[in-house]
Amino acid sequence: MRRRYLAIRVESEGSVDKGELTDAVWKAITQLFGEYGASQAGLVVIAYDEQTGRGVVRCSHKALPMVKASIAAITKTNGRLILIHVLGVSGTLKALRKRYG
Amino acid sequence: MTATKSFADLHLRPPLRDLEQVKRMIAKSAELGFQLVGVTFPCNVSVEVIEKVRKICREAGADFASRVDLTPKTSHELLDNLRRFRREFELVSVSCTSKPVARQAAKDRRVDLLSFQASEPRRRFFDHAEAELASKALASFEVDVAPLLLLEGYQRIRLLSCLRREVTVARKFKVPVIISSGAATEHLLRNPNDFVALATLFDMTSERALESLSDVPLAIVRRNREKLSPDYVAPGVRVVRRRDCCLCE
Repeated sequence: MRRRYLAIRVESEGSVDKGELTDAVWKAITQLFGEYGASQAGLVVIAYDEQTGRGVVRCSHKALPMVKASIAAITKTNGRLILIHVLGVSGTLKALRKRYG
Repeated sequence: MTATKSFADLHLRPPLRDLEQVKRMIAKSAELGFQLVGVTFPCNVSVEVIEKVRKICREAGADFASRVDLTPKTSHELLDNLRRFRREFELVSVSCTSKPVARQAAKDRRVDLLSFQASEPRRRFFDHAEAELASKALASFEVDVAPLLLLEGYQRIRLLSCLRREVTVARKFKVPVIISSGAATEHLLRNPNDFVALATLFDMTSERALESLSDVPLAIVRRNREKLSPDYVAPGVRVVRRRDCCLCE
């Protein structure tokens, strides 16, 4: 299965941990595309730094448009406002880290 | 993909009473990659307020376009509003709350943007007839992203379904579509790539979504600035040079 890696930046009221971020992304994809769509996404939050708000999400390359739309549609997690920007996409983690640090 | 393009968000709705919030929203928009922002003002706004916001935009490094959202109840009221306010603002949007207003707005060349209520699918009048009129009058169909982010469940499903249909109709009749944030708070602002991703939800291709965020809105503002300039006479005709008195020659 080919994969895509997304560099993300999280802005929120207060800090958001990795678990909350994962929950927010899964919830958004399930809301927008249903359980069937979410099952095709192969979604994993690979890395997330609470201090800088930067992270990496992995998904299946076929589900990339779905995942990008879901991430852009996130507005809240656990009652707190949250905003996630996709900074860029790459086919390998190495290239992503080179480009986005 | 997006490095060479200039992007415009023509629909920021910051609370004008709180200038700090206005400043934050405009700075955020510029930071997210928008070179031009359209800020909505009430009809009776003073020139000082517009100039203050223009200054904020300049400081943030973004170009500024003043905009008014008209919400007339009847087509007569719309005509009256257009007569009074068209020359006061660079962009005129009409929120079409009834079919007569929608039809009048679509055929009037003074209207730049047609917008429809997101929460009531039955009050969205962008059908074939509307699109045909809009196409002749050069009006654009505006899609606000904020309701897509705020609505949930059945309401969002219905909105997406309406948008999908309307975008298809717009394409068929060659009506330009523009994508705007429609944001009243910072957390509803997104970068152009996020808007493109959200546009795929209503079946817009990435290329068309990018056009709707850059070429189309920029062309509208350019055209209106030309029309509002004192040198403008008619489409394709403008004053090149003035003399004190041409009758003296």
